[in-house]
Amino acid sequence: MSAPVVSLRALGVDLGRTPVLRDLDLEVAPGEAVGISGANGSGKTTLLRVAATLLTPTTGTAEVLGVDVTSDARFDVRPTIGFIGHTPSLFPHLTLAENTSFAAELLGATISDVSSALAQVGLSAASSRRADHCSFGMQRRAEFATLLLAPPRLLLFDEAQAGLDSGAVELVDHLLKDVVARGGGAIVVSHQRAHGGLPLDRTLELDNGNLEVAA
Amino acid sequence: MIGLRHQAAAIARRDLLSEMRSGEVLWVIAPFAAIALLLIPLGIGTDVPTLRRIGPGLYWAVVLLFGILVALRQSADNAGPQRDRLAMLGADPAAVLAGRAAAAAVLLIALEVVLLPVMLALYDAPIAGWGWLLALVPLVGAALAMLGTLVSAVTGPSATRPALVPLLVAPLAIPILLAATQALEGLRLGESILTWLLLLLTVNLALAVTGVLVARPLQEAG
Repeated sequence: MSAPVVSLRALGVDLGRTPVLRDLDLEVAPGEAVGISGANGSGKTTLLRVAATLLTPTTGTAEVLGVDVTSDARFDVRPTIGFIGHTPSLFPHLTLAENTSFAAELLGATISDVSSALAQVGLSAASSRRADHCSFGMQRRAEFATLLLAPPRLLLFDEAQAGLDSGAVELVDHLLKDVVARGGGAIVVSHQRAHGGLPLDRTLELDNGNLEVAA
Repeated sequence: MIGLRHQAAAIARRDLLSEMRSGEVLWVIAPFAAIALLLIPLGIGTDVPTLRRIGPGLYWAVVLLFGILVALRQSADNAGPQRDRLAMLGADPAAVLAGRAAAAAVLLIALEVVLLPVMLALYDAPIAGWGWLLALVPLVGAALAMLGTLVSAVTGPSATRPALVPLLVAPLAIPILLAATQALEGLRLGESILTWLLLLLTVNLALAVTGVLVARPLQEAG
């Protein structure tokens, strides 16, 4: 049997002195997309940041793509994780094309990949517009373009569909199906239980810092 | 994945492009620094020999104070989501620090070059051995840039950053300020400044080594 894409065991995370996650277990198998819902402040974003290797556990263990998130190997595995947080992360003074080119340079992709990725997310015409002059949805699409430059093995979406038009939601759908088809994994967190009809294999609910199977 | 130097160069280019668009350093910080140099002699109304004596020291103090603003600008541009983005793109923390420091060095050297003629004109401080400036100006710019970048990484995107950065930079910059002032004074008096340049070179090396050693823990602590 293949190793899990994400394996969290007895995970506990405190932010400052506040316990956010407690004794949490989660395994995401290769080719699986998991949806996690929960109220505001339930720890969804914290959970996603641990899976992105950006946050280390206070207690328990976390392995992502076979790498312990507290080890130095986490730096090498990060480019293979597609992390879309709930706030756009583009550099505000750069254009969408410059933002994508910068990502391509760090990821070792080519300029032709940049044009193709921007075209695929429907931003060819707006590519010379500065990020801080773009709408939330356009910035999201530009972040999706980065995911197309180097297809990730693990996809992490925080409120994937919030503020997006139907075309962009289709892109989220496509990205999820693609990572699953390639044997990767995905975690989508949302405050909505229904997850907007995204192609998820199972859904869980985060309550009091722990996971339960969603009703 | 690309190498550390290539990553640092990409990050420096991105920082400079961002600065070119915002124009904070050259269109806001530099004019205010020039005005500070102009106001000091007007305020204290002192005689020409005294102005000549204090000119180099005031010049470097102004460069240091406004250099802190360059460091603050950097930390503002390094807020949460953008910081996460760099990490997730696989940027090595050492490359991030090096790239940011390189961009800040370019901006600080530009600031020094813009302010130097202002100081020479206002303080009537003629300089012998202009060639030495080609070494002195970049060494001071690089040292202040590395120090500012390191301190801004230490403070991270915290709410206390604006107070912490100057409090940490100012005392740590004393060797840089001392060497820079003594070197410029030496040039004014036609003396050798090699010792001061060596001190600046040592400070630069020490800061570079510290940056490489603490880059990862600093990024992860933020």
